[in-house]
Amino acid sequence: MTDMTPTQPPVMRMQNLDKVYPNGTVALKNLFLDVHPGEFVSLLGPSGCGKSTALKIAAGLTGHSAGRIQRPGEDEVRGIRAKPGDIAFVFQEPNLMPWLSVFDNVFLPLKLAGTSRAEARPRIEEILATVGLAGFAGSYPRELSGGMKMRVSIARALVTKPRLLLMDEPFAALDEITRNKISQDLLSLWQATGSTVIFVTHSVFESVFLSNRIVVMAARPGRIIGEIGVDAPYPRDAGFRLTPDYAAHCREVSALLTRAMES
Amino acid sequence: MAEQSPAPSPDIPPAPPARPGRLARNLREAGPTVAAGLAFIAIWEITVHALGVSKFVLPPPTMIAASMIRDFPYLMQALAYTAGITVAAFLAAVVSGILGGLLLTQHKDVERMLWPYAIALQVTPMVAIAPLVIIWVGLDRVWLGLMILAWLVAFFPMLANTVQGLKSADRGLQDVMSLYQASRWQRFRHLQLPAALPYILTGARISSSLAVIGGVVAEFVAGSGASTGLAWVIVESGTMLDVPRMFAALFILSIFGLAIWWLTSLVQARLLSRWHESELGGER
Repeated sequence: MTDMTPTQPPVMRMQNLDKVYPNGTVALKNLFLDVHPGEFVSLLGPSGCGKSTALKIAAGLTGHSAGRIQRPGEDEVRGIRAKPGDIAFVFQEPNLMPWLSVFDNVFLPLKLAGTSRAEARPRIEEILATVGLAGFAGSYPRELSGGMKMRVSIARALVTKPRLLLMDEPFAALDEITRNKISQDLLSLWQATGSTVIFVTHSVFESVFLSNRIVVMAARPGRIIGEIGVDAPYPRDAGFRLTPDYAAHCREVSALLTRAMES
Repeated sequence: MAEQSPAPSPDIPPAPPARPGRLARNLREAGPTVAAGLAFIAIWEITVHALGVSKFVLPPPTMIAASMIRDFPYLMQALAYTAGITVAAFLAAVVSGILGGLLLTQHKDVERMLWPYAIALQVTPMVAIAPLVIIWVGLDRVWLGLMILAWLVAFFPMLANTVQGLKSADRGLQDVMSLYQASRWQRFRHLQLPAALPYILTGARISSSLAVIGGVVAEFVAGSGASTGLAWVIVESGTMLDVPRMFAALFILSIFGLAIWWLTSLVQARLLSRWHESELGGER
């Protein structure tokens, strides 16, 4: 996973991206970011640095003001839009439909794409088992804990086998014990599926534990001020959090983040 | 999976209590209601006899019951008439309210165009336009006039709640639909409509009781002999000073209103049972 072949074209490429809100606020300025297949990239920064905005632009949920973006499966020249399901998004909130069971929530992206229930069933059962919710297909979101809801949200994101998985502080609302467990499970999932992840967070520890590249952003205007590679090998487990290597990386990232907040 | 699950069983929803348990619970819950009603009737009966109140002012419950038994076929016929008009007006209000709500939420300009007039319709007292409506449909078709008037009263809560509901879909869920490039129809079918359902059902409950009130008031306004519903029975009995029959008709009207309310509540509970907070009650 860690040795990237630089010849491979990036899954997603942002070039000179600007985002200016109608009220004049500059959310992003001159953003350049290439994400390569199989990477786990964290966007780290203080609030207001535009990291969530960058992710929403990547997902196509909001437009950009200037610059170019190349999404997976998209061809600007030939006017081909990204296929729904090629890009998945895990939001800060689980954003589950309260009137649908766990099964139907995970089925939703496939249903919208026209897949029949019977056709989708094996895939949904498989993905629910992968996120550790095998027995909960018939439950409703309100019956689940916060961590389990987030697992359903991740299952829904992965069910379409996305080429790019975008995650916007998905574990921020969870308690630390749940967060550690679910982070580790996310890493196993990422390794098993070989997907590409962009993960937005404001936690230094979370970013070092998860990613092989950390992009640090600063606010006003939102911009990238540096990036740090984390070359520790996967699989990483709870033991990784105790290594000197982990501590060193946390220090390094913290220093960069401090600079980001001072600038 | 190290997390604790609050759900009692994974696959199967918490099973509803077994039949005898549920029946016992229902009886237990209905107990105080029935007791209060019986006490009220008993006090009424005793007071009327003790104070020697004239039956033309306040007849005792036993006399009302006797009247109800004596005039049962007549009262039931009147009920059928009123019920027919009310239910038809209510169903028309539900259908037109939902369709109107859909229309209004299609575009901001449509809303600007129609919403003030919908409110104007709502604030115009129905009693004031009743004579006009009755004239328009003609005295040989009073039932149609009554239906239109009852519909007018029941329509607005249906419309207002549908509009509110269709606009209330959660922002995050809308993002999910955008992400998967859901079509306008898919967005409506899989997000807006289910999100609006609790609002629509609340609207339907309000509309159902308003349809009863509207139907009865319209019948009063339509007046002499042109209609044959419960309201007419009350008017007619009043002029004949048959006060016990007045009360009998009144009781039947209340029971009918209650039945409608109970029925709409049942539908609401059925449709929202598994997910909406309003129907989850004490469990959790």
